[in-house]
Amino acid sequence: MIFVTVGTELPFDRLVMAVDQWAGQHPGVEVFAQIGEGASSPRNIQYSPFLSATEFTRRFQEADTIIAHAGMGSILSALRYEKPIIVMPRKASLGEQRNEHQLATARRLLKLGKISVSFDETELAQQLDLLDALVPKEGIGPFASSELITGLQNFIERV
Amino acid sequence: MRERKKILAIASGGGHWVQLQRLRPVFSAHEMVYATVDESYQAEVPGQTFRIVPNANLTTKFALLKSAWCSFLLLLRERPDVVVTTGAAVGFFAVRLASLFGMKTVWIDSIANAEELSLSGKKAGQFVDLWLTQWEHLATENGPTYLGNVL
Repeated sequence: MIFVTVGTELPFDRLVMAVDQWAGQHPGVEVFAQIGEGASSPRNIQYSPFLSATEFTRRFQEADTIIAHAGMGSILSALRYEKPIIVMPRKASLGEQRNEHQLATARRLLKLGKISVSFDETELAQQLDLLDALVPKEGIGPFASSELITGLQNFIERV
Repeated sequence: MRERKKILAIASGGGHWVQLQRLRPVFSAHEMVYATVDESYQAEVPGQTFRIVPNANLTTKFALLKSAWCSFLLLLRERPDVVVTTGAAVGFFAVRLASLFGMKTVWIDSIANAEELSLSGKKAGQFVDLWLTQWEHLATENGPTYLGNVL
């Protein structure tokens, strides 16, 4: 199953519709999408505007592949559960976000080898065609880096 | 032995909350209060004190005021020694008010801000006790410190 998620804040029709269109041409592939409040309705895939935290985790764990906006909730969950993830960053220039931070996040994490990125719908369709070859990146374990944990522990001890 | 402190760990939903949860080894030795914007996250901190604050973003003034007021009440009621947040607006209010109350505050700017600090993150730097970025290239002498990231 492919799990598509656009996060809690805003819809992201450009992403959902690209996957919907692709799914229409690949009827054997099961897709579930969390599409946000006020999004356009997809025709070829199952969807829900919003998922509870528990439901989100369940969908994530059951999925073979994650397609998401470049939000850290989605990216961290993919790394945590060792799921292959393709992210498509939202663009502020298209009114999909307040600033271009998703573009920056996607570029930086791509460089660190943590995620696959489609910068637009065309690239996404191409990467969806190659889905079977997609493998998860190295996972990250349940907690933050030990230097951050230790740094915070030391601070709290001193206060 | 480490002294047990009372810590309020607060963040808005989605990625901010996910990042906060990745800091749990920091919290395990202390008395914890978790706060966020959606009830369904309670399932992730079973048996812990869990509070809801209404969500806020910088575009709706009424929601902003309401959220700030709820943060104020939360701090009065729980009186934590330390407030730790990974953002966004909800966390900003909590550390702003907490610092006025003389509580110790930690701002961890979201790892999503890879090219510049968030707006709230920049402002928080003026008053928090520990000001962190998760990107080494954003750390500066008079700016935020880098102590690792949630990865």
